[in-house]
Amino acid sequence: MASKSLTHLQKLEAESIHIMREVVAEAENPVMLYSVGKDSAVMLHLAKKAFYPSPPPFPLLHVDTTWKFQDMYKLRDKAAKDAGMELLIYQNPEAKERGINPFDHGALHTDMWKTEGLKQALDKYGFDAAFGGARRDEEKARAKERVFSFRSANHRWDPKNQRPELWHLYNARKAKGESVRVFPISNWTELDIWQYIHLEGIEIVPLYFSAPRPTVIRDGLILMVDDDRFPLNGEEPVMRSVRFRTLGCYPLTGAVESEAKTLPEVIQEMLLTTTSERQGRAIDHDQAASMEKKKQEGYF
Amino acid sequence: MTTPDPIYKTDALIAEDIDKYLETHQHKTMLRFITCGSVDDGKSTLIGRLLYDSKMIFEDQLAALEADSKRSGTQGEEIDFALLVDGLAAEREQGITIDVAYRFFATEKRKFIVADTPGHEQYTRNMVTGASTADLAVILIDARKGILTQTRRHSYIVKLLGIRHVVLAVNKMDLVDYNQAEFDKIVADYKNFANSIGIDAFTAIPISGFKGDNITGPSDNTPWYTGTALLPLLETVELEDSVEQEAPFRMPVQWVNRPNLDFRGFSGLIASGTVRPGAEVRVLPSGKTSTIARIVTFDGDRDLAVAGESVTLTLADEIDCSRGQVIVAAQSPLEVADQFETTLVWMDEHNLLPGRAYWMKIGTQTVSATVHEPKYEVNVNTQEHLASKTLDLNAIGVANITTDREIPFASYDNSRDLGGFILIDKITNQTVAAGMIHFALRRAQNIHWQATDIGRDHHASMKHQKPAVLWLTGLSGSGKSTIANIVEKKLARMNRHTFLLDGDNVRHGLNKDLGFTEADRIENIRRVGEVAKLMTDAGLIVITAFISPFRAERNMVRSMMRPDEFMEIFVDTPLEVAESRDVKGLYAKARAGELKNFTGIDSPYEHPEAPELRIDTTEMSPEEAADAIIAHLIP
Repeated sequence: MASKSLTHLQKLEAESIHIMREVVAEAENPVMLYSVGKDSAVMLHLAKKAFYPSPPPFPLLHVDTTWKFQDMYKLRDKAAKDAGMELLIYQNPEAKERGINPFDHGALHTDMWKTEGLKQALDKYGFDAAFGGARRDEEKARAKERVFSFRSANHRWDPKNQRPELWHLYNARKAKGESVRVFPISNWTELDIWQYIHLEGIEIVPLYFSAPRPTVIRDGLILMVDDDRFPLNGEEPVMRSVRFRTLGCYPLTGAVESEAKTLPEVIQEMLLTTTSERQGRAIDHDQAASMEKKKQEGYF
Repeated sequence: MTTPDPIYKTDALIAEDIDKYLETHQHKTMLRFITCGSVDDGKSTLIGRLLYDSKMIFEDQLAALEADSKRSGTQGEEIDFALLVDGLAAEREQGITIDVAYRFFATEKRKFIVADTPGHEQYTRNMVTGASTADLAVILIDARKGILTQTRRHSYIVKLLGIRHVVLAVNKMDLVDYNQAEFDKIVADYKNFANSIGIDAFTAIPISGFKGDNITGPSDNTPWYTGTALLPLLETVELEDSVEQEAPFRMPVQWVNRPNLDFRGFSGLIASGTVRPGAEVRVLPSGKTSTIARIVTFDGDRDLAVAGESVTLTLADEIDCSRGQVIVAAQSPLEVADQFETTLVWMDEHNLLPGRAYWMKIGTQTVSATVHEPKYEVNVNTQEHLASKTLDLNAIGVANITTDREIPFASYDNSRDLGGFILIDKITNQTVAAGMIHFALRRAQNIHWQATDIGRDHHASMKHQKPAVLWLTGLSGSGKSTIANIVEKKLARMNRHTFLLDGDNVRHGLNKDLGFTEADRIENIRRVGEVAKLMTDAGLIVITAFISPFRAERNMVRSMMRPDEFMEIFVDTPLEVAESRDVKGLYAKARAGELKNFTGIDSPYEHPEAPELRIDTTEMSPEEAADAIIAHLIP
């Protein structure tokens, strides 16, 4: 029988599907963390494939900060509906009550809405396994992250207490109260993600494509004025042709000036570009090794 | 500052015709490889250079790299590529596990995943982990030093984990003036050694990771070398795909897909072979046969699926099939057995306890398994066989394993997916070992349970009672034997047929060859469990009085019995109370250091988590305790 060589994307897809099925077979109450970005879009698409013709047998969880782009909220609701999945939205009530926002509170904003919000949501619903869309190529600190990342009952990531992962064998056993974060697209690179979106025709937030958008410049970042909560102090936003390489809270996410209006053009620009993906995120500039620290605290 | 030009730049095509570029890149294949060597061999420099030359480094990273190189690099004004990947010193300071890091790069032909692991002996487990998924190994040698102990260790692990392609990268050729004689001598030495451990073929390349010789293309400095440079070799080395697809069909079932009553599919990753609708298959271990009805995927039904793909299969017949079972080609099924010879790589701080039950995960099935005393341990540096009673962290040895049921398997040489397994501690849930099956032991197939005509129910009914095991556990001096004795007397008065197994008495006969080490204590309890089980088959009510300090062994005994026939009774006495009683004078001896491994003093007692009954001896007399036990047994 003539052999058929699998492409790198086919191998990555098969591996991710295998990981998702292992979790569903072994966890009691899994959930998929859905952030509406391109990595989440790929992860959701893989989940549909993994369990077809069943819908993915777990809900989507969006840990919301109330500061995402409007376009993200739109796609979030549509994507969940199209997949036939329950969408859970969680907003940390304390952050809401205290009016925590990215303009006044800096790092506290991420900590309360995202890190604390995620812990609260996982506890509230009793999820014992949560899929996340992190990739090992994103930065040095993630290169040695496991696919199955164990968390103690109080969500701490103990770097000394992670399990070796051999072959296709994942040890998902855990004590009551403990949980596991699972990263099914660990071995994908940014280029793999884009190629796959292109090949599979996966819907992504239009913010990834260039369009004229109202912007201002803050600390060297081009920021989009997505709603009237942005303190302008009389400054008039400038229409610039921009797009986003990663998506997060709009006041923390830097845009790049671009004319790339189609997916091939975006990929083209990405390949010819000379800065790495996470540079547009304010969160990483806080301090060196910041990701390692955030991970220990429970952030992805 | 010299900044070498990345030769794998395809900017022209990207800029001119992105659609064409995407089209070619969608057909790239993937190769996973491991680099073996330590920092001193220039491993990090080599990986850093591969990332750089394949344009996986962005300008902001490069700027940071240049700054770092000036500040702390070892290469003067040149870029220190090692800084791109080297986090080891920092990791040590932070106390983070020195680990396997996965790095990614791509050329026009392939995507690569590099498992980067530290090369020292204390990181053997990390290297084994990285090697388990690798198609190819790059073994680095410092041209100035030749073959070292660590070269032998790395090669042994590469062979052990079944990596088919071996590249011997003789590095730092610039420091030996690109001398061909030096290179030839190292290659000849390595060939001798490699053949002795069963590595039949390898490719040797003279390189300089630092200067870039023979990395992306032929180097002018080594005109005498006519072979391929490293990266072109990695791009063209033959993948395992065709070998895997030519093997018989095997798919471990991961998950049963039942969206509604009309659909029942079996989802899994195909481990080997190919499958088409209409193919005859067998489900193991049950042995039931059927034919493939459909190959279902999100993108539509398929008429062919091959090794490495995740699919969902439906069968023409309604036969039992669930997670853990393996669907195989009907004409060439897998072997099924419950005893194996295996190689184990120990990965946990807590050493192997022969006789203790661990979870064994192989394919998608998880079974209970006990490891026998190792036949030998392998010295990873010299490959000598050493006698050993256990395996410590990073030790590699050969031992037999018995599973609690028959499982379908393949030898590791034939299939990584069906012959590789992990062992999991039942209490801590840690992955404690990786293992590779050699073959099944014949004994398993030949010793059959002898079915007898007078069964256990018959024995019990003749005695007009329900068999049971009353398992008393607690510290030495807690009163187990006293209470057990009263229970037996009371039951005798009630015409119940009983037998009392007492810790001290058993050690005079059945278990007189056992001491008090952790391993011996486990074997002690295992034997008592087996005897108690035979006695329940005979219809008896068995009362046991053993310290039985470890949860794992108590659970093991529980799992041997029928669920409603085992009663764990925790005779709970605080250590101070037991010590103050000290009927046998043992605590005094233990405190004086005359008795080793004494429970409560220098060996732990793990409290039962959910005993059927807890006796608080500070509140109950032995008589009351016995009554409570009997009330629980005969309500």
